[in-house]
Amino acid sequence: MTEPVNGSATAPVLEVRGLTKAFGALVASRDISLDLRPGEIHALIGPNGAGKSTLIAQIAGELAPDRGEIWLGGRQVTGWSTAARARAGLARTFQISSLAMEMTVLQNAVLGALGARGKVMRFFAPVLGDRALVERAMAALEAVGLQDLAALRTAELSHGQRRQLEVAVALTLAPRAFLMDEPMAGLGASGSRRLMSFLDGLRERAPILLIEHDMDAVFALADRISVLVNGEVIATGSAARIRGDARVQEAYLGEEAEAMPGEEACAGAGGEGRGEAAP
Amino acid sequence: MSLILVIEQVLNGLQSGVMLFLMAAGLTLIFGVMGLINLAHGSLYMIGAFAAAAVAGATGSFLLGLAAALAASAAAGALIEASVLRRLYGRDHLDQVLATFALILIFSEGTRWLFGSFPLYLDIPDWLSGPVLLPGGIHYPLYRLAIIGVGLLVAFGLFALISRTRIGIRIRAGEADREMIGALGVNISVLYTLVFALGAALAGLAGALIGAIQSVQVGMGEPVMILAFVVIVIGGIGSIRGALVGALLVGLTDTLGRIFLPMLFGLFMEPTAATTTGSALASMSIYILMAAVLLVKPTGLYGSAG
Amino acid sequence: MGVRRETMVNTLLLAGLLAVPLWALWADEPFTITLATRVAILALAGVGLNLALGTGGLVSFGHAVFFGIGGYAMGILAFHAQNYTPLIESLSIPGTKSMPVIWAVAVIASALVALAIGALSLRTSGVYFIMITLAFGQMFYYFTISWPAYGGEDGMSIYLRNSFPGVNTLVPFNFFAISFAALLAVLVLVGRLMRAPFGLALSAARQNEARLRAVGIDPYRLRLTAFTLSGAITGLAGALYADLNRFVSPSMFSWQTSGEIMIFVILGGVGRLFGPVAGAALFILLEHFLGGISEYWHIFLGVLLLGVVLFARGGLIGLLAGREVAHD
Repeated sequence: MTEPVNGSATAPVLEVRGLTKAFGALVASRDISLDLRPGEIHALIGPNGAGKSTLIAQIAGELAPDRGEIWLGGRQVTGWSTAARARAGLARTFQISSLAMEMTVLQNAVLGALGARGKVMRFFAPVLGDRALVERAMAALEAVGLQDLAALRTAELSHGQRRQLEVAVALTLAPRAFLMDEPMAGLGASGSRRLMSFLDGLRERAPILLIEHDMDAVFALADRISVLVNGEVIATGSAARIRGDARVQEAYLGEEAEAMPGEEACAGAGGEGRGEAAP
Repeated sequence: MSLILVIEQVLNGLQSGVMLFLMAAGLTLIFGVMGLINLAHGSLYMIGAFAAAAVAGATGSFLLGLAAALAASAAAGALIEASVLRRLYGRDHLDQVLATFALILIFSEGTRWLFGSFPLYLDIPDWLSGPVLLPGGIHYPLYRLAIIGVGLLVAFGLFALISRTRIGIRIRAGEADREMIGALGVNISVLYTLVFALGAALAGLAGALIGAIQSVQVGMGEPVMILAFVVIVIGGIGSIRGALVGALLVGLTDTLGRIFLPMLFGLFMEPTAATTTGSALASMSIYILMAAVLLVKPTGLYGSAG
Repeated sequence: MGVRRETMVNTLLLAGLLAVPLWALWADEPFTITLATRVAILALAGVGLNLALGTGGLVSFGHAVFFGIGGYAMGILAFHAQNYTPLIESLSIPGTKSMPVIWAVAVIASALVALAIGALSLRTSGVYFIMITLAFGQMFYYFTISWPAYGGEDGMSIYLRNSFPGVNTLVPFNFFAISFAALLAVLVLVGRLMRAPFGLALSAARQNEARLRAVGIDPYRLRLTAFTLSGAITGLAGALYADLNRFVSPSMFSWQTSGEIMIFVILGGVGRLFGPVAGAALFILLEHFLGGISEYWHIFLGVLLLGVVLFARGGLIGLLAGREVAHD
C-alpha cells in the first residue's frame, strides 16, 4: 500500500481504505474505499439505509470502524478523536444544524475561529475583543452572506440561515477538507441554488465530500460521484458515468421510490430522515 | 478472627445489600423506563417506614404495618408521578433533580409536621424475633435472615416480572422505544404510573423492613438513597442485574470494611490509631469501590451507555 | 435593552446588599449585618457552583465537599493556632489565624479535591455525574464524622474570629466588608472569564458538545478546569462561612448543603452571573421571614422551588431582567 504524499497536487486529501463496520449481523460499511482529491467535489449518494450516516460518523471520528483506515492530509487518523481530526483539518457540517443556540451568530463563528487557532485556555481577555478572531469570523460570515445578522441570537435564525451558519463555521476552520452532510436539507429552491453556487466556488479552497439527497445539486456540482448501496460502494465516477451505470440504475434509482419513507436502519444518532421544514 | 464472625458479617452484608437492592431496583427501573432521576426516592422509603410504624403501632400487627407501608409508598409514588414528575420526563436532568429535591423538602417537613421530630419505633413481631441456630453453631437474628429472604424473593420476582410477563415486556419495550409502544396502543401514561408505583412500593418495603432494626425518623431515606446511587453507578444504570450485583457488593464492602479494616490495621498499628484509621477508611470504602469501577468502566459493570 | 436592564438589576442588587448592613450599622442592628454577611458568603458559594452548573452545564450535587473543605481548612489551621500545637508535627508547621493564609489553603485544597473528583466523574455525564458528585459528598461527610482528631461528629469551635491585616475583624461590619469584597472580586473574575475564550468554549460545551468537538476543541479539559475553579470558589466561601460562625462541623459536607447551594443558583437564575446573589438574598429573606412564621418553612421553600422549576426557569433575575441576552 503506498503512503499518500502530503502536499502533492494530486494526492488525495482525505482517503478511506477498506472501512468495515458491523452492528451485530448488519454490515453497515463493507470494505469501503474512497478518496477526496484537491479541488474536487466528491458526492456520496445512496438510498436510505445504505449506510451513509455510519460512514460519515466513522470519517468524522464519532464511531470507530471495525477494520480499515482513514487518512487525512497524509496522516493516518483512524484512532483520533473528533476534535483531533478537526484540528488536523477536517471541517464538517451537520445534517441537522448543530450550533450553540443561545450564542449570537458571531459568537458561533468566533468559536470556530477559536478552535482553529487552538488557544482556548485564555481566561481574561474578552474573546470578542480579539480582532484576529473576530475578523476571521466576520470574513466567514460575509462569505455566506450572514454578516448583517452577526449580532442576532442563533436561535432566532431561520432554518436556511442556520444552514448557512453551519457552513460559515466550517469556513472559519480553514480546513484541508470539508465533510458536508446534506447541506441543502430543508432549503427552498432559491436557497439551494445560492448554496450550490457557493459550494461550486468553495472547492477551490478545499475539496468537499458531499453527502446530499438533492440529485439535481449532486449531478450539477460533483466532479465525481460514489454510490453507496447496502454498505458497499458499487460505483465511483463522473456524473455521466454514474448516470449510465446499469448497476446504479437498478440498485439505487429503482429502489429510491419505495425506500423513500423508510428509516435508515444503521444510522447513528438521528437517523437519516429528510430535512425538516423551516421552523 | 473466627469463622463465625466472618459468616455473621457476611450475612449482615447480605442483609444490607438486599435492602439496598430494593432501593436501587426502583431507582434504576424508573430511570430506565422514564429517563427520570428521582431524588425523592428516599422520601418514599421514609413514607414506607412511617406508615408501617404508625399502623403497626395502632393495630399491633406487623403484617398490617407492612401492607400499609406498601400501600402508602405506592400511593405517594403514583401521586407525585401523576401530579409533578410526569411534566419532567422530557426535561433535562437539572430540572428533574431540582423538582425531586423540592419534593424531598415537602415530604420531609410534612412528615415532621405530622409525626413530630422524635423517632418512632417499629417492633419486630414475636414470631420473627430472637436468634436462630444456623449450621455450624452460629446464632443469627431470625428477623435479619427473614429480610434477606424477602429481598431475594423480591429480586427473583422482579426478574420474572421483567423477563416473563406481559407487563414486563411492555416495560422493556417502553425502555427501548417510547413512541413505538405508544403506537401499539398501550396506554403509556398508565404504564409509567404503574412502574413508578412499583418502584415506590419497593422503596417503601425497604423502609418498613429496616424500620424495625433502626429508628424511624425524618431524613432516614436520603443516606440510603445516595448509597443506592453508588449501587447504580457501580452496577450500571437501567440494569436490574447490575442493581443486584452492585447492591450486594456495596453491602458486603461496607459491612465487612467496618469490622475488618480496623482489625487489619491493628496488625501493624497501635489499637486506638488502628481503630481510628480503620473506621475512617471503612467509611470511605464503598466510594473508593465506586471510583475504581469508574476508572475501569465509566458506565458501570452492566451498563451500556450513559 | 435586555443587557442594560440586567446590568441595572445587578447593580441594584449589589447596592442593596451593601446598603442593608450600612443601615444596620447606623441603626445598631448587628444581627442584620450578620444576615447580610451570610448572603454575601452564600452568594459566593453559589457563584462557584454556577460556573460549573450554569455556564458549564455540569449538574454537581456535591459542592458541599468544597464548601466543607474550605470550612475545615479554616477550622484546622485556627485550631492548631489557638491550641499552640503544630499542624504537622514532624515539620513543625504551625497553624495560623491569618485569613489570607487560610483562604489560600482553602482555595488550593478545594481546587485539588475538585480536580480529583472532576477527573473521575467527568468520565461520565448526565445522570451519572449527578449521582457520583452526590456520592463523593457523602464520602467526605462520613469521613469527617468518623475522624475524631478534629471534633468528629461534633465539629469544632474557634474562640476568636481570624485576623486580617489592618482590619479589626471582630467588628461585624468589617467582616461583612471583607466578605463583600471577596464576592465582588470573584464576580469580576468570573464575569471576565465568561467572556474570555475559555468561557465561550465552556458555554458551547454545554449548549452543543458535538459542535465544540467539530471545531476541534475537546470538552473534557474545559469542563475539568471549570469544575476545579468552581470548587476553589466554593471552597473560599466555605472558609469565610466557617469564620462567620466560628464553627465547623460535618454538616458543611452534607447533601443538604449541596442542595442549598444549588437552590441559591436556581432561585436566582441559572447561568446568570448575579443569579446566586439574588438567590442567596431571597433564600436568607425566606428563611428569616417564613422561618419566623412557621418552623416548617421548608415546605414553602419546596413549593417555591417546584414552582420555579416548573414555571419560571429564569429564576429571580429572569423575572426582573427578562430573557437572557447573549452578551457581546
